Amino acid sequence: MTLTIALAGNPNCGKTTLFNALTGSSQRVGNWPGVTIDKKVGRIRGCDAELVDLPGIYSLSPYSPEEIVSRNYIVNEKPDAIINIVDATNLERNLYLSLQIIDMGIPMVIAMNMMDEVEKAGDHIDSDLIAKSFGISVIPISAAKKENIDKLVGAIMDAATSRKVPPHVIYDDTIESTAQEAENALKGKVPEENIRFYAFKLIDDDPLVNESVPGARESIMGSIRRMEEEYDDSADSIIADSRYRKITEVVDAAVKRAPRDERGSLSDRVDRIVTHRIIGIPIFIVVIAMVYFLALYDGESFTSPGAWATGCFNDWFAEMSADLSEWCDENDVSEITSGILIDGIMAGVGAVLGFLPQIAIMFTLLIILEEVGYMARVAFVMDRIFRYFNLSGKSFIPLLVGTGCGVPGVMSARTIESESDRRITAMTVTFMPCSAKLPIISAIAGALAGNMWVAVYAYFMGIVLVIFSGIILKKFKRLAGNPAPFIMELPPYHIPKLYGVLKGIFDRCWAFVKKAFTVVLLASVIIWFLCHFDFALNYLDPETEMEDSILATLGGYIAYIFIPLGWENHWELAASTITGLMAKENIVATLGVVLVGDSEATISSVSDALAVMLGNEAAILSFFSFNIFCAPCVAAIGAIHRELDTWGATGLAVLYQCTVSYCIAIIVYAVYGTIIGVDIDWYTYALAAVDVVILAYLLVAKDPFRQKREAKA
Amino acid sequence: MTTLNDIPVGGTAIVKKLHGEGPVRRHIMDMGITKGVRIQVCKMAPLGDPIEITVRGYQLTLRKADAKQIEVE
Repeated sequence: MTLTIALAGNPNCGKTTLFNALTGSSQRVGNWPGVTIDKKVGRIRGCDAELVDLPGIYSLSPYSPEEIVSRNYIVNEKPDAIINIVDATNLERNLYLSLQIIDMGIPMVIAMNMMDEVEKAGDHIDSDLIAKSFGISVIPISAAKKENIDKLVGAIMDAATSRKVPPHVIYDDTIESTAQEAENALKGKVPEENIRFYAFKLIDDDPLVNESVPGARESIMGSIRRMEEEYDDSADSIIADSRYRKITEVVDAAVKRAPRDERGSLSDRVDRIVTHRIIGIPIFIVVIAMVYFLALYDGESFTSPGAWATGCFNDWFAEMSADLSEWCDENDVSEITSGILIDGIMAGVGAVLGFLPQIAIMFTLLIILEEVGYMARVAFVMDRIFRYFNLSGKSFIPLLVGTGCGVPGVMSARTIESESDRRITAMTVTFMPCSAKLPIISAIAGALAGNMWVAVYAYFMGIVLVIFSGIILKKFKRLAGNPAPFIMELPPYHIPKLYGVLKGIFDRCWAFVKKAFTVVLLASVIIWFLCHFDFALNYLDPETEMEDSILATLGGYIAYIFIPLGWENHWELAASTITGLMAKENIVATLGVVLVGDSEATISSVSDALAVMLGNEAAILSFFSFNIFCAPCVAAIGAIHRELDTWGATGLAVLYQCTVSYCIAIIVYAVYGTIIGVDIDWYTYALAAVDVVILAYLLVAKDPFRQKREAKA
Repeated sequence: MTTLNDIPVGGTAIVKKLHGEGPVRRHIMDMGITKGVRIQVCKMAPLGDPIEITVRGYQLTLRKADAKQIEVE
């Protein structure tokens, strides 16, 4: 029978490294049900046992979704044994989780990681003494150097097959008698083997236990009151204190520390500079500028390696497309097949895959910064600013990456711990104009007589929308989230492990490639079909007969929606917006086909045609505002889906983006149109007024959850 | 009442009591800030908030609003 082993431990204790060392390449990555937290499963090398990687947690109290996932897994799935990995350089806090896992009544082994670093510092840890004190095996290991991994595997397999449950950790008499009473009250109502865990959680006033066993806490209130009086403290604090006291007792006896360097460790000294009160922010700006210039920047005098690599890839891909097209011509492939292949699949997938080199470089830099420990400092430095609009310092990176490409931008939101911050960030990253929107920015700037303020407007408005969303979205119940205070460990700096960095890059790039070949491929074929067929399914020549296509007909219907925005009844504009869903560059390409009659039309000819069609600057600006801030391309929508977990939530996110951009476009049209003297219809004014009222209301409305958040913070 | 907020950068203090309630208070305890533990205030972020402290041998950052809930002596 295959055994199931769970791997549990604090964040930053080398859990991922140990998981990789134990399972090698046999890993499957998925999501835990209902939350966007990675779930990794793999087979332990050389054993008939499956290893489940629990999220990194500090405790089993239901503070974060990670903690809830972990404890539900242990209680409901009952793994055969648990490997509890602890960081030997930070024993006290790591063992706090161990004491709670012991209460779970499941066979366990402690893997004491980073022993090499303890030895390097000249310290000594008597692991046998710790093992004896808690009655469980403690195996000193170094996951990074793969030391003692075999011994750990032996110990965990022994524990799982012998089913030997760790003995209780015994606290003071008063606490023990209260715990006994709690156990009696819970008997038969919770799983027998986890009863001690439940008993302590009941004393802690844990909301999840109170919910599942109503009335139990009331029945032992007398005993809890007596304990609280004796210790002159609240019950939860008494339990946490006595756990830590027990740990300190054991650690003091088992650990011999070498005298420390007066100036602090190397990590401390580095940190003193990096988060310095005066030069901390300049250093941060330099680091971010370096990331930007290495991965994203594409200017006239300098091209970043990322943009250069993407350029090369695109050239190569265009050549391949041309070759394929030639091959199709030579071999009499039907026009429809070659159309789907070249203009549909190659163009759509290619537009997305073209970003891969840039994304690989971007993620290399970000993963290195994360592994080094700098990302935690970014959050530390930036927190004060982002708190103004309800996000934390960690939202900064996704927004920056989003100016290059929305897909990795959304994907890098994953490092944000708070679920609601992560969701809001994933929903708003694509407000930042990405590089695929540059053609439309140029086209509009051209249509507005070369106005350079178009680009400034796009970025400025993008930032405004992110801030606006941060403020209003937290007022909705689904996104209000748990109070997300900023209590975060600042892990010591360390040199990143090559394997970890490479694996991180590969995993994220692979997720991106998979998206290109699934969601994007399908969407490309569909949109190509809509452009090239009419409702009677006759194939049309896109250069001459496009006005008969399904896309044109749909565009004709949708065009009514945009009349209040000043676009008048032009199916071409609606159709280009639809093709923009495939990739934002398509907006200009489609306009080129339908307005100029050439898919290779120059941006300036598109600009001229747009200016003629829309007639006035206000309408041009409104067309621009909607297209740049509405739903992102399908690749980005796919990435948002990965972070939001359900298509329902993803649909709402897209609807939100479209609604907001519609409101912005109509307000821009009404206000700017009035200024420059355009004849504006009454319904535009009416809608614009309603929008202003609604947006203003959402902005100033009392946040129903703020009080709750602040009371708890 | 002296709180962690009143301790200057570089100073140390002993935790006397945790105020506040709910999951945040719980989390503060889980992170090892419990009665009797010694805390050193290491530094302040460039914009004056949050602060960084050393507790039980590791570095933790928290906002001043949360630090206000930690009574020290």
